[in-house]
Formats: sequence, structure tokens, C-alpha cells
Amino acid sequence: MPTVSRAFILTGLLYLALAMVAAVALALGAAGLGVSPALYPVYIHLLAVGWITQLIFGVAYWMFPGRVRDPGAGERVVLWSTYALLNVGLLLRALSEPLLSRGGAWPAVLTASAICQLIAVVLFVGHLWPRLRAR
Amino acid sequence: MPKLSVWTVRSALVALVVGTLMGALMLAAKAGMAPPMLMRLLPVHQEIVLLGWLVQLAMGVGYWILPRVDGARPRAWLAVVAVICLNGGVVAAALGAWFGLAGAVVCGRILELVAAIGFVGHFWTRIRLGGLINRLSAEEIAARRS
Repeated sequence: MPTVSRAFILTGLLYLALAMVAAVALALGAAGLGVSPALYPVYIHLLAVGWITQLIFGVAYWMFPGRVRDPGAGERVVLWSTYALLNVGLLLRALSEPLLSRGGAWPAVLTASAICQLIAVVLFVGHLWPRLRAR
Repeated sequence: MPKLSVWTVRSALVALVVGTLMGALMLAAKAGMAPPMLMRLLPVHQEIVLLGWLVQLAMGVGYWILPRVDGARPRAWLAVVAVICLNGGVVAAALGAWFGLAGAVVCGRILELVAAIGFVGHFWTRIRLGGLINRLSAEEIAARRS
């Protein structure tokens, strides 16, 4: 399995655990223990982006046809940038969204998180698209 | 990868980009850096990401890798109809949610239901018969053919 796929999948597993922690925190909040329901969209995206989408990215890079055994520098930059931007974006979101009501720099951080994740997705789709060919 | 999987996975990737763009716009709106009316994209975003991206990708990859029956994908037309209905359904439901057209949302959901039935019908055959053939010996297969 390529190193970048391992990184995607292992990080995805961490997000799965983190999402379950968020789920417990939300349940405690619903029981009146002070956790903000503003955490709910973060929980959903830890699962949908951090776990499922990241797992798909890792497996798709590894298993889809057309992968070269020794990728060039350009391809490595694209893949590792995807990994970094997706995870930095998601962590910034998880941090800033529940704190948005405090103002300050948090709105800018939340917007930056969205831009990071969007660029990551575009980079990965740009990489995978030419590999999808019928045979 | 078969042609149908190529188009299904490509369609799923388009949905991923469109859905992520919508999500980014909503986060910017939430942060007060884009018009608040963009928050109305939420049901469209959910539709496109859940069905257009995740469900469609699973279907495209499933069509490619699930067991074949005697080297072929029987009832492939069911999968073709399902892919068309799924995409039509996602577009109809998303547009209906954005423009507040309940009829379009209902049509979209019905198309998505047809897509699900089509995929189930196609995959069921392959998994049942593919597994059966794997259990049979070459002699038994030859005997059944004759």
C-alpha cells in the first residue's frame, strides 16, 4: 500500500474515534451537561469528511487503475497537499465552528478551513479524473 | 474498469466538488463573509454529498468489483437505468429543495427509489449467482450447461 494511502486511512481511523468522542459529548450535552449543540455539524463532518471521504481517497489512490509505482515529484506534491489541506481544513473547522459566536479571528479561521477543504477536493479529483478510463 | 463505472465514479467526483463548494459557501456565510441566504443550500448540499457522492461512488465501484457471473455482468441494463435515475433524482431533489418545489423533491425521491431498486436487482443477481458459481466445480458447471 502506498505511503500516502496509509496516511489517509490511518488519519481517517483517528477521525472515526474523534467523531465518536464528539457523539458522546453531544449526548452528554443533550443530558444537560453543558456541551454546545453547535458541535453537531462538526461531528457529522468528522465522520463524513474525516473518516469516510478520507478512507475513500486513500483506497481510491491505491486501488483505482492507472497508479504509477513511483510517482513523480509533481504527483507527490498534489497528493500530500491534498492530505495536508483536507486535514488542516477539517481541524480548523472543528476548532472554529463551536467558537464562532465569540467573534475575533474565528470567522476568518472558519472561512479559511472551508477554502482548505475545497482546494484539497479539487486537487484529488484533478489527480483521479485522468486515471478513470474504460478498458 | 467498465465504462459504466467510469461514468458513475466521474459523476460522483463532480458531485463531490459541487457539494464541497456548497459547503464552503455555507461556512463562509456562517462566518459572515458571504450572503446569509447561502445557508439555504443546506438540503441541496446534503442531497449532493450523500447520494451524489457517497452512494454513487459505492455503486460505481460495486459495479466494477463485485463478482461476475461467468465473466459477465448480467442484467447490466438495470445498473444503467439505476445510474440515470440516481443522477436525475439527485438533480430534481436538489433543485426542488433550492427553489422550494415540493413536487420536484417528490419526483427526485421517486427516481432515487427506482435507482435503489435497480442497483439491488443488479447486484443481487451478481452476488447470488457469482457466489454459487464459485462454489461449483468446473465439472458441475459443464454438466449444468449441457
